[in-house]
Amino acid sequence: MSATVLEIKNLTRRFGAFTAVDAVTLAVNAGEVFGLLGSNGAGKTTTIKMLTTLLPPSAGEARVAGFSITRQAVSVRRAIGYVPQAVSVDGSLTGYENLLIFAKLYDIPRREQQTRIREALEFMGLTADGGRLVGEYSGGMVRRLEIAQSTLHRPQVLFLDEPTVGLDPIARDAVWKLLVDLRANYGTTLFFTTHYLEEAESHCDRIAIMHKGRLAALGTWKELEASLGSGVHTLDEVFIHYAGGILDSGGSFRDVSAERATAQRLG
Amino acid sequence: MTATFIRPFTGFVEKIFVITEFELRKLRHDFTELITRALQPALWLLIFGQVFNRSGAMRTGNVPYLDFIAPGILAQSVLFVAIFYGINVIWERDLGIVQRFLASPTPRAALVLGKGFSAGIRTLSQTVIVYALSLLLGVKLNWRPLALLNVLVVVVLAATLFSTFSLIIACIVKTRERFMGVGQVLTMPLFFASNAIYPTAIMPGWLRAISHLNPLTYVVDALRAFMLAGSTSALGLGRDYAVILLTTTILVLIGARLYPHLAT
Repeated sequence: MSATVLEIKNLTRRFGAFTAVDAVTLAVNAGEVFGLLGSNGAGKTTTIKMLTTLLPPSAGEARVAGFSITRQAVSVRRAIGYVPQAVSVDGSLTGYENLLIFAKLYDIPRREQQTRIREALEFMGLTADGGRLVGEYSGGMVRRLEIAQSTLHRPQVLFLDEPTVGLDPIARDAVWKLLVDLRANYGTTLFFTTHYLEEAESHCDRIAIMHKGRLAALGTWKELEASLGSGVHTLDEVFIHYAGGILDSGGSFRDVSAERATAQRLG
Repeated sequence: MTATFIRPFTGFVEKIFVITEFELRKLRHDFTELITRALQPALWLLIFGQVFNRSGAMRTGNVPYLDFIAPGILAQSVLFVAIFYGINVIWERDLGIVQRFLASPTPRAALVLGKGFSAGIRTLSQTVIVYALSLLLGVKLNWRPLALLNVLVVVVLAATLFSTFSLIIACIVKTRERFMGVGQVLTMPLFFASNAIYPTAIMPGWLRAISHLNPLTYVVDALRAFMLAGSTSALGLGRDYAVILLTTTILVLIGARLYPHLAT
């Protein structure tokens, strides 16, 4: 039994009268690949924002790598990496510079900075492009650089909000191969959201499905499939059973436009 | 024992310079911005300044009007550039850059101050332009090293002050459209309710009172004292620096509190 690296208890976030995340409780083990699924507006991004200390919860508590997200926010930030859904590297800097700034912000010792950056570029297959402006990168390269940037300091938990949105299947596979390697090499716990059910099925140890802010299901795909009763069930059937009909989906104008903008920038 | 106090402080200062460094690296990749920025002070000095200098309409005592206005135009161009700085912040928010920085352990005040300083260093190009034009127009400049150094310090501080003010507005309005509107509404009153292009002595009483609440007035006063040969401060240099530093500190503290709201 491995240690718990993420412990969420009754985590709740309200925006006025609207409850975006409603008393979510779950735990994630160290080294686990954990997928958070749900329709637009189900509360996935709000959950990630609370766990990464960007948004204070209205109620409940969570501990990341043993630190409280409300009382020990700075320690949490040191222990995590975060790849937001939107493009988070700077197009007007080179790939190398984008990594260097985070090496410095995360206090990686000066004598180690160059080695870490070189290794990260190599690991992500970006060695030849380190000196180019990120504005000239392809979508897949941007995502790989973002993952390199958020793992330079060897975080215990890496949060990824729809890491493969807007990428073509080949780039998606490349990103996943790196994420899997990352866990194998450094034992990094991966906590991510996605809309792609196949990705969740092939890469996750366990998944959680959110619906209208609540945790609708939690377990391995096999367990969730079995919970629908005997017979063979498709991924879509399992998802729709727990997440409601696809047409039921919410999400604000801002969420949707941000997602499309990201897809456009990366695609 | 002292190390526990010094370490967080040096770490904080280091982070400010990391943020500044990378803002400046962006300039190295694309410096067209520096050239286009030089245009505005040139127009004000060459056209507005020359015309009013000839007309003799402004009573500026024994200082020629062009000499009087040169430090004012430097302050103005610093203000105009810094006040739209928030637009970058909104852009970085629409991407995920702000979120990425806020999820890092960097102190919020260091993020805000680092951006402010970079705005300050960016405005140094305008300082060079205003000096070059002033020289061309026969303005009697003070070339003593200490005076020059003070001009640079005041310019960087002023840009930090107004760019942080701009960042605060960005944190409140959050969209580019609203920001452009608010930016326009604020810039002109700040500029006209100051001593930049006319002495406060010729203002009606109410406007003069407002101008004394305007940090730009103190920036211009300090620049006028340091930039021109044989010029002195009308308001007192100690007071100028005190107002500028205090306002900047208060704005940075407010900015550091509001900046995290951009990620929500």
